[in-house]
Amino acid sequence: MHFSNFADFIDMGGYGFYVWLAYGITFGLLLILTLSSIFKRKSLFKEINAKQRRDEKLQKLRAGNKNHEP
Amino acid sequence: MWKWLHPYAKPERSYQLASTLLPWFTISSIIVLIIGVVWALAFAPVDIYQKDYYRIIYIHVPAATLSMSVYMAMASATFIGMVWQLKLSDAAAAAMAPIGATLTTIALVTGAIWGAPSWGTSWVWDARLTSYLILLFIYLGIIALQNAFEDKVLASRAAGILTIVGAVNIPIIKYSVEWWNTLHQGATISKFEQPSMGDDMLYPLLINLFGFALMIAALSIVRFRNEVLARDSMRPWVKELVAKECK
Repeated sequence: MHFSNFADFIDMGGYGFYVWLAYGITFGLLLILTLSSIFKRKSLFKEINAKQRRDEKLQKLRAGNKNHEP
Repeated sequence: MWKWLHPYAKPERSYQLASTLLPWFTISSIIVLIIGVVWALAFAPVDIYQKDYYRIIYIHVPAATLSMSVYMAMASATFIGMVWQLKLSDAAAAAMAPIGATLTTIALVTGAIWGAPSWGTSWVWDARLTSYLILLFIYLGIIALQNAFEDKVLASRAAGILTIVGAVNIPIIKYSVEWWNTLHQGATISKFEQPSMGDDMLYPLLINLFGFALMIAALSIVRFRNEVLARDSMRPWVKELVAKECK
């Protein structure tokens, strides 16, 4: 361990602001990218599922109409 | 000899392979990154000249190096997609663009933060920084073109032309520190020469490079699956998959 205590570790020899800002922004951006990639999958599933329901309904309606034709 | 690869041209097979690989890349990238980042921040020795703020190198260099590797991977996928009309390589290229753009942003921002204490300025218009800023604009242009068309085939073709043309920028970035007199320093790690930093500083950097690469692979797989699903949304296999998951 390079630092003798936790306060020294946070202080980074007086340059804590630069180091923690850089690491914070890096992992913040990577987290945003990861979450958006995961949520995109969820919204895609929802979208495809909704379209499927719509198509099924349409098909049922069409089939129903045919039966009622004179 | 390479015939076993053929079935993977089918989106369904590739999707399954991606799903099998995803947990391995996710878990290994998290483990390697935690080791690398803790080592970099807490255990690596302090630099004589740059004190503790040199620790920014452990994210700046992996992000910058791999943003260019991602670009080359994306350009290769685009080229394959254009020549052999493979829908899947278009999906791979589209999956990688936002990852590359994020890495480029990270390298620019961490570079600016690092520049403040070491150079006394966050930005100069020297060859390395300027050519690298152009890489970000190229990435953003590619992403914009991919989203500008409803038709994915058309979108991939438009974005693909920019990807191929933009590849000329990669060697310019790489050699900018040799061709021009830049404020930015030359390469720290080189394949042919002794690296210009000590071993106990070098190991965490190599571990972080590896960790970032694993993380990029995991993210690429997640986004690749999304792209395949979006492109194949009308196919029976996707409908089955969605029906199973949405019950």
